[in-house]
Amino acid sequence: MAVEVRVPAILQSAVGGQKVLRVEGGTVGEILDRLDQEFPGVKKLLLDENGEIRRHINIYLNDEDIRFLQRLETPARDGDVVSILPALAGGSGDAV
Amino acid sequence: MPVSVYIGTPLRRFTDNLARVEVEARDVAEALNRLSVRFPGLRTELFDDAGQLRRYVNVYVNNQEIEDLAGPNTPVRDGDEIAVVPALAGGGADGSSAAPARERVMRLTPEQVIRYSRHMIMPEIGGTGQRKLLNSSVLVVGAGGLGAPAILYLAAAGVGRIGVVDFDVVDLSNLQRQIIHTTDAIGRPKVESARETVRRINPDVEVVPYNTALSSANALDIIKDYDVVLNGSDNFPTRYLVNDACVFLKKPLVDASVFKFDAQVTVFLPGKGCYRCLYPAPPPPGAVPNCAEAGVFGVVTGLVGAIQATEVIKLILGLGEPLAGRLLLIDTLAMDFRTVKLRRNPNCPVCGDNPTITELIDYEAFCGVPVLAQS
Repeated sequence: MAVEVRVPAILQSAVGGQKVLRVEGGTVGEILDRLDQEFPGVKKLLLDENGEIRRHINIYLNDEDIRFLQRLETPARDGDVVSILPALAGGSGDAV
Repeated sequence: MPVSVYIGTPLRRFTDNLARVEVEARDVAEALNRLSVRFPGLRTELFDDAGQLRRYVNVYVNNQEIEDLAGPNTPVRDGDEIAVVPALAGGGADGSSAAPARERVMRLTPEQVIRYSRHMIMPEIGGTGQRKLLNSSVLVVGAGGLGAPAILYLAAAGVGRIGVVDFDVVDLSNLQRQIIHTTDAIGRPKVESARETVRRINPDVEVVPYNTALSSANALDIIKDYDVVLNGSDNFPTRYLVNDACVFLKKPLVDASVFKFDAQVTVFLPGKGCYRCLYPAPPPPGAVPNCAEAGVFGVVTGLVGAIQATEVIKLILGLGEPLAGRLLLIDTLAMDFRTVKLRRNPNCPVCGDNPTITELIDYEAFCGVPVLAQS
């Protein structure tokens, strides 16, 4: 089952500069594993050493934060969209 | 003395489809009362249970809104025309919230009536809404990429008092996006440059400059005097500081951040979640580059600052649905706008059920980086 993974600009360099990827996997966790096989190191940017989602990263399945679903166990279906949302600082001053 | 009353289309089903009715009256209240006696169905359309004119009904005497005259006591003379025009279906004004007394008594000058006519002609805003804007205050944190366009629109809209916090001076590299500043302002404090531009756009608006860095020592003092806060800061310590201060002071916060061609925008309303519910902790220092390091598509900041100003004005007017409980994600290269759900985290250390942080902390330490080091 292929889902669409949307990668924010800030992380695109870790996945070969791509913004949208098609990845197979039955759960969000499996999708991240698959992604990491293809682009080693990606998972480390998203999960901490205990395998928890980093606190400045949100992962959404469609329009819902997976923390409020079944976290990495959240099942994904064909056509679902997984979005990775990191905290951004920029208000585009240079420092306020 | 007969005056002619023009009946707006939606009300004509109560007046036997008459568009004009002549009544004898000395003032507007008497005219509308006479009208309601003659057409009883009209009374509940025009007046609420307390006998007050409903807010979604606009009344004009010779094309001037009565709120700019003497309200229902506006005298009318032979040959005058009164127009009664209700808001169209789908308008946001529901007539339920009474405006504070000071808004009712504040009269607009003839110049203001013209300046804000495109607002006031809309029943959703009208004279009452415009007075609310003129009586409102907004604090803009950062006169940079987001703050610059936001301040311009807030000022043009007639927000009466705009506080601007920024310790920086205008730099040549700012001008690609920070459209409130001009080439001849290079080297001047941004707050002064912003104040000067606003003065040229709208002399009704008072800009209160804070030529300082927002800090745990001054944030509560500064923010407490404003109705709404617009966050255009460009670093994590300030973002968490503004968030926590707004939670403590119960101020609505219109938040946004940009990165290259992308942006995130949302509104945090008191008691309904905060920035820490969304991002409990900042990324490790250096993990996320800032605008100076990564670059930013200048026009994105204009788009996002204008969205923030839109949300601020909606909040002040009580119009529509705020962008709360939702995070708007903008990808300008795809020109894709999506929203995802945001929820309050009951375990949030600041706004949760059992908060563990109840006063401002050291945000540089929290984020592991001094504010100034990010410039």
